[in-house]
Amino acid sequence: MQSFQEIILNLKHYWADRGCIIQEPYDIEVGAGTMVSETFLRVLGPKPYRVAYVQPSRRPADGRYGDNPNRLYKHLQLQVILKPSPEDVIEQYLGSLEAIGIDLRHHDIKLEEDNWEAPTLGAWGIGWQVMLDGLEISQFTYFQQCGGIDLDLVPAELTYGLERLTAFLQVKDSVYDIEWAPGFTYGDVRYQDELQYSVYNFEMADIPTLWKLFELHEGEAARLLKQYDPKAADKKRFPLLPTYDQVLKCSNLFNTLDARGAISVTERQVVMGRVRRLAVGVAQAWTDQQQERSGAEVAQ
Amino acid sequence: MSLPFLLEIGTEEIPDWMIPAALANLRLLFEKLEIPYESVALDATPRRLVLRAEGLPERQPDSEERVMGPAKSAPAQAVAGFARKHGVKPEDLTIETTAKGDYYSFVKKVEGRRTKDILAGALPSLILQINFPKTMYWTGKGGPRFIRPIRWIVALLGEEIVPFDLAGVHSGSLTSGHRRLGAREIVVTIADYERRLRDHYVILSAEERRQKLTSEMAGVRVKPDPALLETLVYITEFPTPITGSFDTQFLELPEEVLITVMRHHQKYFSVEDAHGKLAPQFVAVMNIDADREGFVRRGNERVLRARFTDARFFWETDQKKKLADRVEDLKAVTFLKDLKERGSYHHKVERMLAMLSGDRHAARAAELCKCDLTTELVKEFTELQGVVGGLYARVQGEPEPVWQAIYDHYKPESMEDAIPRNHAGQMVSIADKIDSLRSCFSVGLVPTGSKDPYALRRAAQGVVRILVEGEVAIPLLNLIEGKELTAFFEDRVRFYFKDIRGFKYDEVNAAMAAGWGDLKDLETRLARIQKLRPTPDFEPLAASFKRIRNILEQAKWDRPPGLSSIDPTLLEPGPETDLYHEYRGIAGQPIENVISRLRPKVDLFFDKVLVNAPDARVRQNRLTLLSTLLAEFSTIADFSEIVTNS
Repeated sequence: MQSFQEIILNLKHYWADRGCIIQEPYDIEVGAGTMVSETFLRVLGPKPYRVAYVQPSRRPADGRYGDNPNRLYKHLQLQVILKPSPEDVIEQYLGSLEAIGIDLRHHDIKLEEDNWEAPTLGAWGIGWQVMLDGLEISQFTYFQQCGGIDLDLVPAELTYGLERLTAFLQVKDSVYDIEWAPGFTYGDVRYQDELQYSVYNFEMADIPTLWKLFELHEGEAARLLKQYDPKAADKKRFPLLPTYDQVLKCSNLFNTLDARGAISVTERQVVMGRVRRLAVGVAQAWTDQQQERSGAEVAQ
Repeated sequence: MSLPFLLEIGTEEIPDWMIPAALANLRLLFEKLEIPYESVALDATPRRLVLRAEGLPERQPDSEERVMGPAKSAPAQAVAGFARKHGVKPEDLTIETTAKGDYYSFVKKVEGRRTKDILAGALPSLILQINFPKTMYWTGKGGPRFIRPIRWIVALLGEEIVPFDLAGVHSGSLTSGHRRLGAREIVVTIADYERRLRDHYVILSAEERRQKLTSEMAGVRVKPDPALLETLVYITEFPTPITGSFDTQFLELPEEVLITVMRHHQKYFSVEDAHGKLAPQFVAVMNIDADREGFVRRGNERVLRARFTDARFFWETDQKKKLADRVEDLKAVTFLKDLKERGSYHHKVERMLAMLSGDRHAARAAELCKCDLTTELVKEFTELQGVVGGLYARVQGEPEPVWQAIYDHYKPESMEDAIPRNHAGQMVSIADKIDSLRSCFSVGLVPTGSKDPYALRRAAQGVVRILVEGEVAIPLLNLIEGKELTAFFEDRVRFYFKDIRGFKYDEVNAAMAAGWGDLKDLETRLARIQKLRPTPDFEPLAASFKRIRNILEQAKWDRPPGLSSIDPTLLEPGPETDLYHEYRGIAGQPIENVISRLRPKVDLFFDKVLVNAPDARVRQNRLTLLSTLLAEFSTIADFSEIVTNS
């Protein structure tokens, strides 16, 4: 039986062998691997890129104090971006399942329509949820737009739900019973986080403080974005990546406020719109910034 | 020589529900090519759209075309030049006489184009023209769009490949088998295509896949579900059913919840016991040939257990707060954000209650009917809204008419769906739908063409159905206001009686022209017209009514009824007086009883009497007589709307 960490290592190895850069998790809280600039910004523009990374994904409203066997405040996603997507991308994906010991001649695998959309990122794509013996184990998406921009090269995004996949392989009914490493269960490693973050997110987070933080980060992102000048000669050094960090902070604070019940439904739309404007602004500036200089500019 | 043709568009998994329409569309596009054929057949799996035709000609027939050259008077040099250019000898040219004079010409034989070349030229754009509700690009910005990436194409005419390129794929004779049980590249001919696929675990025919599933499920008492069967037929290439079971303790949960989890979330058939009650079993459909080790069954059982455990957790959690205690929570749930400060469900319910004054059960049901939107179970299984509210209301001791009304108040959700089973449910459903329609129309959210994001047509159709088929005696026009909404409903009423109930369109027009404010009344009148129509006097009388209408229109007759009355002294003896007396005698009686007496009098009147009399007073009197007659018998319908053969 492969442990949780062995499954992760095997998948990373598999994708490294197929030309992916193995990135480490991004160090700012995000709700999904897609939000990390390694995906959100790298899929923009004409440069091919291949990357795989495990991203802890925080969804404050999904926390269950460690009580629910299937729901987590923070779960781990393996995010794979293949830009442009190779012709045999589905075969490669199925190969990755075989690489962690799933014999697909004896299991039922289905690709069921599921188009992905992230309104706060102005991003959407066409794809499937991958069902293995009735369990959704991955999301497979051909990105079409990101930050409201049509993509030059169509990347394939493969997102593995690592806990689910492992529970399946280890035949465990509760995620907390997964063997993380020999002698350590998932519960040993993660239970305290689930409990304490649930308490914080649902009961103790100070709403005025979170709002204040949200506005501070929002203000900083907006201040920076306003200063980006597409005509500036030295625009390549403009700190768009740090600007985007501020947007990510906003997004996580928004999710926490939401879990805390501090956002009414009407407000929700408005606040999401505020985050989207910033994310789209960064994506547009980034696309401009990363463009190769034209021949005329080089000649000067 | 006639040739068979095979086109297989190999793709990544196409959404099942789009496949039948795509095939119909592909057939149409093929027919439009105007290449003759004897027969055509279409098939599909999630990974291939296939068209096979028999009896295509090898080439189009040869044709002849006359090529005109220089005038007869032209110098010999020019004539020789013309002949040389077209590769004929000058002596083979003939003189052709035209309106403009005599010219050299010759008949050119045009060889018919080869079908293979026509197909090679036409197929790439034909394939991309197949209509899908949503498409994607995959080769890069500006690249071709299709439902999912095209990965291979088989195009064979007879034994030859029809060569073309599309989205970087070359057409050829290589197909692909089942993703895991078959080979990735298989050489096929038209003759062995379907058999080769079968060898590689692809059953090409949807009918055969359906048969396989049905016969292999025959041993289990499966709840019939044709829509789910179709879905499964089109998400598999080699479907095989397996039966799994779940712990009987979950049978404590309402069947509705269990079935929804199985059907909508897991695509399982549910199973009944001998008494028609839900059994602790399910049938899942795999896309492989067998589950020898039981991996698939156990996997599905575990997934279902986790889902049921969640559902039970939600069910128990939700019970901690009664529906009645959730009314205030609706203030935070948006119904329609465009309504601004009146846009919450709390406000919607207030508006519904205002419509329902007087009916105790309906009012109670309306008050509670949206509260389930705040429950965990509905957040998880949104398709169970209403049903869950009804189930909770029952458990929480609400009277039967109330919980049933809550349970049913989204009904009817389709044309086939039943309307709410009791009066309170019908009232609440009407109030809910009318409020949605009024609200959306008030902020300009009016359906246009195929765009109807708030499903307002369905809502209006539901109101119409409940008013006609239910126990509700409310005139529709008391519920709606505004030109736009009235016109919208008029369309739905017409659609309902014409397309759903099957009345003839002119009967519907005629009956509606006499008013449609009360749908029960409209239904009764339509039934009367339908019965009256085959009687021998009906159509001639309808034609006469049309004539009367035309005469009145030409005379610009717009006398409001009752302002002036018929002056018997001005009536001409004979047909006009006879008609008047006939009218006096039958006024107030149903048309069915008098039609046979009235018709000959009307006919005779038109035969013998000139309406347009020279004396203005006589003319006015005649027009008054005709308009009175028309008004008297137009309360059931405006008969001039009836399309007659005469």
